[in-house]
Amino acid sequence: MSALAAILIRDLRALWRVGGGALVGALFFLAVMVLVPFALGPDLALLRRIGPAVLWLGALLASLLALDRLFADDAADGSLDLILMGRAPLELVVLAKAAAHWLATGLPLVIVSPLLALMLDMEPAAMAATALTLAVGTPALTFIGVIGAALSVALRRGGLLLPVLVIPLAIPVLIFGVAAAAGAPSFGAPFTILCALTLFSAVLGPFAAAATLRHGLE
Amino acid sequence: MTLGAHAGFIVASYVAAAVVVAALVLWIVADHRAQRRTLAELEAAGIRRGKSAA
Amino acid sequence: MPLIDLANPSRFLGFAARALPWLAAATALAFAAGLWLSATAPDDYQQGATVKIMFIHVPNAWLAMLVWTVMSVAGLGTLVWRHPLADVTAKCAAPLGAAFTFLALVTGSLWGRPMWGTYWVWDARLTSVLVLFLMYLGVIALWHTVEDPARAGRAAAILTLVGAVNLPIIKFSVDWWNTLHQPASVFRIGGPTIDPSILTPLMVMALAFTLLFVTLQVAAMRNEILRRRVRTLRLLQAQGAQA
Repeated sequence: MSALAAILIRDLRALWRVGGGALVGALFFLAVMVLVPFALGPDLALLRRIGPAVLWLGALLASLLALDRLFADDAADGSLDLILMGRAPLELVVLAKAAAHWLATGLPLVIVSPLLALMLDMEPAAMAATALTLAVGTPALTFIGVIGAALSVALRRGGLLLPVLVIPLAIPVLIFGVAAAAGAPSFGAPFTILCALTLFSAVLGPFAAAATLRHGLE
Repeated sequence: MTLGAHAGFIVASYVAAAVVVAALVLWIVADHRAQRRTLAELEAAGIRRGKSAA
Repeated sequence: MPLIDLANPSRFLGFAARALPWLAAATALAFAAGLWLSATAPDDYQQGATVKIMFIHVPNAWLAMLVWTVMSVAGLGTLVWRHPLADVTAKCAAPLGAAFTFLALVTGSLWGRPMWGTYWVWDARLTSVLVLFLMYLGVIALWHTVEDPARAGRAAAILTLVGAVNLPIIKFSVDWWNTLHQPASVFRIGGPTIDPSILTPLMVMALAFTLLFVTLQVAAMRNEILRRRVRTLRLLQAQGAQA
């Protein structure tokens, strides 16, 4: 088995363990969505109109939450040093870790979103569109978040710094994700741009994160 | 020079700029004095840098 | 004296001591000229006298972008060329850039109140500047959260460069988002083309603010070099006390 596959499976196992944080993101998503009607009132027409936007916001926040663990556990037990000394290119290792992270924390968000869309009285077409845009867009959030995770890996008081750094970079994903979801059933330019953003961040994220890890441990 | 109906906003903008610029200048000047003072104290205490000045 | 000599911190201190009086004088002169030109500028046919706010707003918006560029080049200096003063440059530029961005936001808001009727409007330009302000604050937060200065410099360099790459994307996204939600066009400065009687004060004020940035940057870098010397001496002091 190649080193990258090994890292992917190892990370997936760690995240799915009890205390690994895999489903907590989905739970947070649900909790935040419950807050929305409390804040805005139960007017279904309003909720339906802002449904895609609110779901995207919740997914973004939920994604940010789980990110700080991405490198922290490895840094704590020394695996990060081993990875840095290993033969596998660091960028690909980061890609593998990000993929595992998305499978464990991002994908549950996508799967849970239709249920939450139901609570917001969204139509089936809107539900499907939102789920699809989340499926395409949450990987982008993970890849962008990987940069923040690498920057804050050694910080003991990292705390809220990571979301602060990641949010400006995630704004384009949010804009085009919501636009694509709200523009259903026709998928035009916004969806294409969203796909482009995901592909772009899949390259930029691992490269920047790998550079940070290398420079940070000199 | 008449500033028209919205004079207040125009004046406020220039005042805001003056305040920000003054704050920056004061901060940098105060910081300079603080660093100079600390360096003088350390040198008076006999601490020297190990290698000769870079 | 070739630029590379400035890489030596002590040499830079000497250069700063000599250059700062001239820089400060040039800045003061430019502001004097700029303020006079702004005061005597004619009213814009669309905006009236409030166009005078633009003489502060636009230069600061430009500087917000320029300073991020300076930080990005300094970031490259840290990561690629290992230039000794690169991270000093980046660290000192960040709060200055944040201040200029803040001023652009404030003056933009003050300009908007008479023009649009509210203090804040989510138009493309102001929103982009707001996001840039957020990014500045993030970099400054990073500088102050990582304890080791060298590591902070490298982390900040990477964040700055990632930000630089993303800024066009963010700008494009915000522009696109704005047209989605606000079909009406907003006032352009001075109308379709900028009249020379408005352009000249604008350019002179832009020059003045740029000179201000250079002056403050050199002075701040001098302070930072001194601060690092203090840190070195304090570390030596602590080691000496242990021995």
